[in-house]
Amino acid sequence: MTVLSGTGLTRLYGDPCGDCESLTGDDAGRNRCPACGTIVACADVSLDIERGEVLGVVGESGSGKSSLAELLALERGEGHSRGSVRFDGYEGNLLESDYDTRTRLRNDDLALVHQHIRDGLTLSFSGGGNVAEKPLAAGERSFEAVRERVRSLFEQLEVPVDRMDDPAETYSGGMQRRVQLARALVTDPAVVVLDEPTTGLDVSVQARVLDTFRRVQRERGVAAVVVSHDLGVVRLLADRTLVMRHGRVVERGLTDRILEDPHHAYTQQLINSTL
Amino acid sequence: MKPTRTGVRTVSEPDCGESHASDGTTGEATGESGGTPVEAEDVDGALAALDGAGLAGYNYAYLDEHTKREVRRAVLKAIAIPGHQVPFASRPMPLARGWGTGGIQTTLSLLGPEDTLKVIDQGSDESVNAANIRRLAERTADVETTTDTTAADVIQTRHRIPEEVLDRDQVLVLQVPVTDPLRKVDPSDAANRRRHAHANYGKMWVHLYENVVEYGEIQVASRYPVTVAGRYLMDPSPIPRWDVPKLNDADNLFLFAAGREARIYAVPPHTDVEPLAFDDRPFQVERFDAPCEACGATDTYRTAVETDEGDRLVVCNDTSFCLKRREDAGLAKDHHLDRDGVDWGPGTPDADDTDQEPATNGGDRT
Repeated sequence: MTVLSGTGLTRLYGDPCGDCESLTGDDAGRNRCPACGTIVACADVSLDIERGEVLGVVGESGSGKSSLAELLALERGEGHSRGSVRFDGYEGNLLESDYDTRTRLRNDDLALVHQHIRDGLTLSFSGGGNVAEKPLAAGERSFEAVRERVRSLFEQLEVPVDRMDDPAETYSGGMQRRVQLARALVTDPAVVVLDEPTTGLDVSVQARVLDTFRRVQRERGVAAVVVSHDLGVVRLLADRTLVMRHGRVVERGLTDRILEDPHHAYTQQLINSTL
Repeated sequence: MKPTRTGVRTVSEPDCGESHASDGTTGEATGESGGTPVEAEDVDGALAALDGAGLAGYNYAYLDEHTKREVRRAVLKAIAIPGHQVPFASRPMPLARGWGTGGIQTTLSLLGPEDTLKVIDQGSDESVNAANIRRLAERTADVETTTDTTAADVIQTRHRIPEEVLDRDQVLVLQVPVTDPLRKVDPSDAANRRRHAHANYGKMWVHLYENVVEYGEIQVASRYPVTVAGRYLMDPSPIPRWDVPKLNDADNLFLFAAGREARIYAVPPHTDVEPLAFDDRPFQVERFDAPCEACGATDTYRTAVETDEGDRLVVCNDTSFCLKRREDAGLAKDHHLDRDGVDWGPGTPDADDTDQEPATNGGDRT
């Protein structure tokens, strides 16, 4: 059953001339419109996410992955956005929805784990406070209940529970990532969008964060969109994968198939260039 | 006849001069009406010539009529949207911003010559600031002043709500240093205005959550955040927690004015005002170990003062009520009202039981 779907998702940065999309893309080999200079961050991307599945989005830096993630997570970004995002249980195109609908959706059912920790956490608050903010904003008024939920999530995500009342700015990078994951998962959303979940982490911490996330994701049956430049991340987490280049999806399919039998030249190059 | 000039009086008019003279304390304020040109050799001479000129040339109640109207419009709007911060064009006043300029502008805009004014500074009528504000109103607005809460029509206050119950004919004007409760959690006023627009107060709840984590209960000393009429989060100004329950369903109008921040907000009579708290960590007022050492009260907010001899005394913070209690120890907080059982903060007959463990044996039962 489809829980989140995007159709014709497009985001342009600049002053579009009207021909931007036909003059850019994989065939043209660029994402900057030669006529007017507009950046076509992503164009005409359509995808469906089933309940409980993990969809990977890979591509090189600047291929439009983060713009796509922001569109899916209904982040209000700069630039011109087009297309439609639908979510199970909500009416209509959510890109055109009002603030209240968007806030309700993002509080209850859809969470974004930001690429930059500063966008996702209030670092002066405690780690526990950052996680508690969502249930508190949603109207939970029992202190003990909130605290218990935060504590159990910290345990599941292997954040030291005795640090939960320290300011988040004193945490290590890996802990901050996990706190962001805990914050995303605390309201039991149906979908989590992770934008580069392992940026800035060393390899062993990366592996542990991904491992924990995969375990929690399966236990809770939460669907996820994982955006990463790192094929390893997608290999570990994703059931299905989209490959993006110059703002377009150039290949899509089961992750195993894409890794074992890449069709598009760019995907082949991407796989061969893995260290 | 220009309509905007209606009602304008200057204090140099004869009737005002008489009332000042009869007042006895401000007789020197009366002066000759006249123009501003001063003939003098030097600056000192000019100042000497001006001396005793009083308030000639000033409008009634110091502010010009347009300013007072603008303040009143802001007040009306604030009453219409309880708890919402309404901008107003705060004027320079003859004291520094942050010293009660918002309160003075609001008070002077409300006062008429029939009114009686009381000014409290942290419970005391006698502080320099309170005395000066009172004197400004006396001189320019030709009002009577009092220290008796029950006799005042308008009460300007800093950081306290009086212990005696206010009634429907009274207005309490609170001086506000910081208008937005959310500034504790985010210094950006732009972001906070968006939060107010969408009633998005999650960050303030996190602040309370962390407060409980740290202290085991909510320990916000002053500026306790409250929800007004189920909608806006409001900073009740730096009143102690003790006074916060008085805001709920009161008979009187509360006006909050901040001159430095140029904002006015209001709690109209009989408005729900609910302090933020958790179901399992309720709102609590301050607890006191000992009765007032001056009047023996156990149902008032007490603070420590140092006497001239260097002794530390814990006494009522509301000095005018404490003086009354010294005369009559059993005086109730609603002694001046016809009806009984008025709910007015901790220690009054109908106050919430959870609020008043130290106050149950207070001397306020009639």
